[in-house]
Amino acid sequence: MSRVTLLALQVLVAIVCLALWQLLSTVPVFGKILLPPFFFSNPVDVFAQIVKWFSSGVIWKHLGITLTESVLAFVIGSAGGVLVGFWFARQPLVAAVFDPYVKMVNALPRVVLAPIFALWLGLGIWSKVALGVTLVFFIVFFNVYQGVKEVSRTVLDNGRMLGMSERQLMQHVYWPSALSWMFSSLHTSVGFAVVGAVVGEYLGSAAGLGYLIQQAEGIFDVAGVFAGMFVLSAFVILIDFGVTLVERRLLVWRPTVDGRG
Amino acid sequence: MTTPTAVALEDAKVAFRLGDDRVYTAVEKAHLSVAQGEFVAIVGPTGCGKSTLLNVAAGLLKPAAGSVKIFDQPLAGLNRDAGYLFQADALFPWKTALDNVAIGLEIQGAPRAEALQRAQKWLTSVGLGAFAGRYPHMLSGGQRKRVALAQVLIRDPKILLMDEPFGPLDAQTRQVMGNLLLDLWNADRKAVLFVTHDLEEAIALADRVVIMSAGPSSRIIGDWRVSLPRPRDIFEVRLDKEFHALHREIWGVLKDEVMKGYAQSTQAAEAV
Repeated sequence: MSRVTLLALQVLVAIVCLALWQLLSTVPVFGKILLPPFFFSNPVDVFAQIVKWFSSGVIWKHLGITLTESVLAFVIGSAGGVLVGFWFARQPLVAAVFDPYVKMVNALPRVVLAPIFALWLGLGIWSKVALGVTLVFFIVFFNVYQGVKEVSRTVLDNGRMLGMSERQLMQHVYWPSALSWMFSSLHTSVGFAVVGAVVGEYLGSAAGLGYLIQQAEGIFDVAGVFAGMFVLSAFVILIDFGVTLVERRLLVWRPTVDGRG
Repeated sequence: MTTPTAVALEDAKVAFRLGDDRVYTAVEKAHLSVAQGEFVAIVGPTGCGKSTLLNVAAGLLKPAAGSVKIFDQPLAGLNRDAGYLFQADALFPWKTALDNVAIGLEIQGAPRAEALQRAQKWLTSVGLGAFAGRYPHMLSGGQRKRVALAQVLIRDPKILLMDEPFGPLDAQTRQVMGNLLLDLWNADRKAVLFVTHDLEEAIALADRVVIMSAGPSSRIIGDWRVSLPRPRDIFEVRLDKEFHALHREIWGVLKDEVMKGYAQSTQAAEAV
């Protein structure tokens, strides 16, 4: 299928969905409106709300806050995950001792930590960052741990035979291997950083996209809720696109997934 | 005049402890020496421990008994005089071909610019001058072996250890690689210990062919001198009468071991 046809079909899906939504929420079928406006709003109102946010500029502040929280959560969580992952992989004893606790904390649904973080860190951005960090940390941690442990024996022996010291093995073998695993989970970890931020905002905050959605919900402004959701989706897609660009640069040495090379 | 001995294994025994505390003896009483400038090939049936022996010479494995001497010095730790060409892909996948070759010099502390320049020369001499910027996955199996060869040779090791290096390649590529190896080797005649299961390859390349018996507890059971003239061309040498006579003679011994090795491996499979 050509790209143009594909794009046309993709757009068609959106148009059909929006048209159905608009139709069913405004035109009665057999004397009854199937999607009551109170619960479902309609695309025109939602779009108007989005336009209003952007034209008045309110949205930028909220987007900025959410973005800041996500970036901080990602950076701190990744740094922690890389450090601890490396440490555990190189010190099997430490890994063995901490193993049950790591599993326990990882098994915990992170959302329940949100109130604790709000209590400890207040309603500002840091309680959201903390929530995001707990999500990002484990993904990066497990990947780096795996990456360091699963360095190919042959590559490692080769490094040794080429005369690498432990430090040089770290720099030229363990580190790139661990990073490649971390980057392969980049989409997931960035996604979770955003989830942490938005869920944290939703549960208690004074700014951000989650706050916007929660506010709208509080006054039964369904158009506002949907508008917030659409802005959030667009936001995530944009970030994901950025991640793809970064990934393409960093993982040039990797074979492509479709098995070429 | 005696040429110095590059590698000397004396009564080397290699044993592994299995999971259930039994001890598996891979190689027993191996006595093998490689003189400086000599090309020795080890041939044996599958699972006879020929790679194990190579790892002992590399210092990657410690012998359970016996001694390993490198240039008359007992080997402690890794063999710093040796370059090792692995059977499996051992290139660093995150480095370009050029960086893969340069790394050996860089870790010795050579300035990067100089390392890269010499790496480029080496890539050219293995016929990959135009592929410097490619990552390993963008190269074919044969090209990767060429890069690996350059990676090892740029450090100018006194001893070259090769573990079925051309095993994964197709027949034609193997012959081309064999000739490339001989050409490069001819320039400065390092001591080479070359492990293979391919007798023809061994005779075509080496000065001496050593045969190992089927494992476990395999031993060195034969040692033939190959006096085919050098420089050789692998394609040509296979047509030589002497080559055929030698091949028939060695194969007479090797065949029994191959059958034994095969019988043992199928039995072992049935026991499991």
